[in-house]
Amino acid sequence: MPRRTMIEAIRDALDVMMARDPRVVVFGEDVGYFGGVFRCTEGLQRKYGPSRCFDTPISESGIVGAAVGMAAYGLRPVAEIQFADYMYPGYDQIVSEAARLRYRSAGEFTAPLVVRMPCGGGIFGGQTHSQSPEALFTHVCGIKTVIPSNPHDAKGLLIASIEDEDPVIFLEPKRLYNGPFDGHPEKPAVPWSRHPLSETPEGHYTVPLGQAAVRREGAAVTVLAYGTMVHVAEAAAEETGVDAEILDLRTLVPLDIDAIVRSVRKTGRCVILHEATRTSGFGAELSAQVQERCFWHLEAPILRVTGWDTPYPHAQEWDYFPGAARVGRALRAAVEG
Amino acid sequence: MTERRPLSLHVPEPPVRPGGKPDFSRLAIPQAGAVRRPPVDVAAHDIHDLGYSIIRVLNRQGEAVGPWDPKLDPEVLKAGLRAMMKTRAFDARMMMAQRQGKTSFYMQCTGEEAIACAFQMELGKGDMNFPTYRQQGLLIAQDWPLTDLMCQIFSNEKDRLRGRQLPVLYSAREAGFFSVSGNLGTQYVQAVGWAMASAISGDTRIAAGWIGEGSTAESDFHSALVFASVYRPPVVLNVVNNQWAISSPQTVAGGESATFAARAHGYGIPSLRADGNDYLAVRAVAAWAVERARRNLGPTLIEWVTYRAGPHSSSDDPSRYRPKEESDAWPLGDPIERLKKHLIVLGTWSEERHTQMQAEIEEEVLLAQREAERHGTLHDGPRPSTATMFEDVFKEMPRHLREQRQELGI
Repeated sequence: MPRRTMIEAIRDALDVMMARDPRVVVFGEDVGYFGGVFRCTEGLQRKYGPSRCFDTPISESGIVGAAVGMAAYGLRPVAEIQFADYMYPGYDQIVSEAARLRYRSAGEFTAPLVVRMPCGGGIFGGQTHSQSPEALFTHVCGIKTVIPSNPHDAKGLLIASIEDEDPVIFLEPKRLYNGPFDGHPEKPAVPWSRHPLSETPEGHYTVPLGQAAVRREGAAVTVLAYGTMVHVAEAAAEETGVDAEILDLRTLVPLDIDAIVRSVRKTGRCVILHEATRTSGFGAELSAQVQERCFWHLEAPILRVTGWDTPYPHAQEWDYFPGAARVGRALRAAVEG
Repeated sequence: MTERRPLSLHVPEPPVRPGGKPDFSRLAIPQAGAVRRPPVDVAAHDIHDLGYSIIRVLNRQGEAVGPWDPKLDPEVLKAGLRAMMKTRAFDARMMMAQRQGKTSFYMQCTGEEAIACAFQMELGKGDMNFPTYRQQGLLIAQDWPLTDLMCQIFSNEKDRLRGRQLPVLYSAREAGFFSVSGNLGTQYVQAVGWAMASAISGDTRIAAGWIGEGSTAESDFHSALVFASVYRPPVVLNVVNNQWAISSPQTVAGGESATFAARAHGYGIPSLRADGNDYLAVRAVAAWAVERARRNLGPTLIEWVTYRAGPHSSSDDPSRYRPKEESDAWPLGDPIERLKKHLIVLGTWSEERHTQMQAEIEEEVLLAQREAERHGTLHDGPRPSTATMFEDVFKEMPRHLREQRQELGI
């Protein structure tokens, strides 16, 4: 089976879907001729022509607003926001329009679109190239929020997202574009080719939305993670020797609550990880649901390891990013507490 | 070194406030027939002057004059008159229904009937409007059932939007009427996207975007014009300048420094400015822009100069910010009266027939309302089921919504 980086897997998903469905159009800033600042759309314009893959003006509200119109017409737009940090001008179109179109028109009009956006930190991106705004999407009724952690899922989830009838926010942890990252910046970068989940089948396949994956089976504590933090969790479990069960949520809305409940009822403990800031982050929702559904099985308080409630700093990157050491301390605290 | 004096901020004010004498002297109105009619493939920069003029067909005597006279059959004009009168009668009835507590909210388009009613007649089946909340004429002009609109206003059991939307935020896909959003300006760039999709698909259908002059200040107006300028999709971008955005005069939206038609000049989009109370001018100018779109010549922006004769909404009292007599003083008059006069001048209409048609329309509206009320009003009678509240958030109801529905005991 071919091995791909996450960038190659995303590009392959777009290629597969553009070949398969003439309604699929791909656009965004620098997405066309140049192939994207992260190379995710390289070669697509040459292969499918400029009316299927094209550059847009620097206008996030224009990109998402036009995508809503195209989707209402009957196309399957896959729009790119260059960095999740720059989605805010398009937020009105996402929240007020794409998310609510089916509801407010009682199904007369729909918005089957995908908005791809690179997210997350760990790359010295500073305040505006590092954000994880997933909670700003999960709080919105009517959109699905997806975040892969490896090439295999990235391709399968993106194909599933394009085929989905609902609007999907597809967050791509850019720290994982070229290789897995376990939260140890001092270690040499590892390419995807050495990771089993870089094996991505050729052609069409999907990873269904709304299904979590168990990355490591364990009995001592359940770790809920997604994106880059899945790899950090794996490293922390290895380094501490804590027998953690690590769930990669993959889709935040709709959430695979069954998988979460099953695991927490087994382990009796839960640690929640995300790069995003803590207060009102998605971890708060996860914590509330675990508390509501697993209260009598819990043997310790639910812990959260997250980014701090500050803007994402530049120089203090590794004091901010919830790395393996911080996660490891939380794992120990959870099993000892 | 020049002396520095204290700076001061310019805050536009309308010429008059309540109690004052209405004054429209700042609005330069050319004579009917005076503005040239360029070919549809004209370059944008060759018609900049038309963005500062006003295209008009009907003169004071009620005659159709000049190069923009669409030379329509009198029967077509009578149908246009009927559509405008029906729209006004519908508005009056629904405003009354709101006052009677049969619904929570209503918005009239009084004085602006010509724009939507005439524009719609230049579109074809499959074309898509992206309207604001003040283009009910698009539906009424194509004889969309009044009862259907009323059921939406009453949020009753027959409301096709299942009681989810505020009154007047209609959706009627088969009538080419896109779901109206409460968020201003958003639909303008969606119209451009829809038109891009039609072009990408090699289709022949076109889109029409709608916005009020106040909402041109929203960033989506700019986004729409940039995208329309770049991709040249088949879209007609309508700006309805009715002089008022709730209580704010059009000068607060930037209308003091330039016309809204002139906004298009910087984007290289051909634009026209037209008398929005002149049914014939609206038909002719709409036809020009629609032809450009259909011939793949790209977008057109049209500023319709009109006046919002009624309150902004049923929750608004205009006497608190503008003279009560201002709408009577509006120099472009009333669209219904002007077309009526034209038909009388043509010798195909009379006061008697007009009165008779008015009575017929009022009867039709009343019957539609009776039928709608049989299906309930906001606080009385049948209403949409509570269970449907959870539907259509997503295509399939996800587990968390099923659980929440069960929590409500349904």
